[in-house]
Amino acid sequence: MIALRGISHSFGADVVLDTVDLDLDQGRVTVLTGPNGCGKTTLSRFLLGLAVPDAGEVRGLEGRRRAAVFQENRLCEQLSAVGNVRLVLHRSVPSSAVAAELRRAGLTDTCLTKPVRDLSGGQRRRVAIVRAVMAEADLLVLDEPFTGLDTLGKVQVMTWVRERCAGRTTLLITHDLAEARWFGARVVTLARA
Amino acid sequence: MTSISAAEGTATLARGAVRPLAVVAFWVVVWQVSALVVGHEVLLASPAKVVARLGELSLTADFWATVWTSFARIAGGFVAASVLGVLGAALAATSRVVDALVTPALAAVRSTPVVSFIILVLIWVSSDQLALVISFLMVLPIIYTNVLEGIRHRDRALLEVADVFGVPRLRRLPAVDLPAVLPFFTAACRTGVGLAWKSGIAAEVIGLAEGSIGERLYEAKILLSSADLFAWTAVIIAVSFGVEKLLVTVLRRTERRLA
Repeated sequence: MIALRGISHSFGADVVLDTVDLDLDQGRVTVLTGPNGCGKTTLSRFLLGLAVPDAGEVRGLEGRRRAAVFQENRLCEQLSAVGNVRLVLHRSVPSSAVAAELRRAGLTDTCLTKPVRDLSGGQRRRVAIVRAVMAEADLLVLDEPFTGLDTLGKVQVMTWVRERCAGRTTLLITHDLAEARWFGARVVTLARA
Repeated sequence: MTSISAAEGTATLARGAVRPLAVVAFWVVVWQVSALVVGHEVLLASPAKVVARLGELSLTADFWATVWTSFARIAGGFVAASVLGVLGAALAATSRVVDALVTPALAAVRSTPVVSFIILVLIWVSSDQLALVISFLMVLPIIYTNVLEGIRHRDRALLEVADVFGVPRLRRLPAVDLPAVLPFFTAACRTGVGLAWKSGIAAEVIGLAEGSIGERLYEAKILLSSADLFAWTAVIIAVSFGVEKLLVTVLRRTERRLA
């Protein structure tokens, strides 16, 4: 189990997190929700090893491989959808396997090989999601992953993610509790400090 | 919507090609008129005389050997500065100690007059190696500073992605690092090539490097041959310009491939 204990963090005089505890169940999806600015993304950055809290500790992360969908897509603009996903995968994973998963996430063949800067916002979001889900990771952090997808696209991508995330330790940050129900996840609500 | 017809496109292309030629022709006319007004070959050789002298020189094997000698030394200095500048910048980007020690030292090198270095280095090395060392010293701070700037301008968000997913350094280099750094390196090369030639030739003139363009310029001064001086200067400009264009074209193509 991954556990955050007594996490406190401030940005200048602004206290964002005040002695927060959070457990991520092994092999399950945990949904983290709460109002804007309550520190959900900050908390996820501690899990990803991108920041260190002012106080408290993160347990159970040693040796774990991580993957994430960030709030922004964070793609290499010059690379294709397949290229972006393959960048984070082992060389042995063939392009055809990546292309197949991208298609299952709703991308058409014409979208697979052109630079991602030429794709629409929704298509780029799908690439970012597939990149994280296909990565060999023990911990998956999804920060508002379905933002920008249309209703049908969202259902398609969520179905694919639920199938691929089964049995993986996942933190899903969202404002939409329907997403939590869809994943059958334990919901943790973070209050503003 | 605006559309350009084939005829308009051709006319635009023609204007683009004619304009630089017209500018060159204008200044050649100004030069010719000035030479006629001065009326003394020693003070100002005419364009026709310089072209004729250049023609004579280019027919000799010694001319090409001289150009090659200077080219090899100056290009050697430039390449060495590029390699060390890139490596130094990469090191300074990861180590505050290296940054704190090297950056001010290279800023001092950049501000030092080239003749000070020429005289100093001439005490240490033979005149044959002087142009190589001087062009190296002049180009190194430019490559180092620009590449370091490029490294610092990399997309932080993408670097975080690479860290989180554990993307190996060799794979993140073409995907994340090079697209950000290459435009800075290209700009440094643009400035660096011209500077390498100017400082390298100055070093050859002062050090009297045997069989070099600098030595030919010095001989032109001794013999009061302004036609030779202009002819060799034209050679320097042409080679420097050609090398710069070739290098920038290759780098821009690489940039486009990565961008």
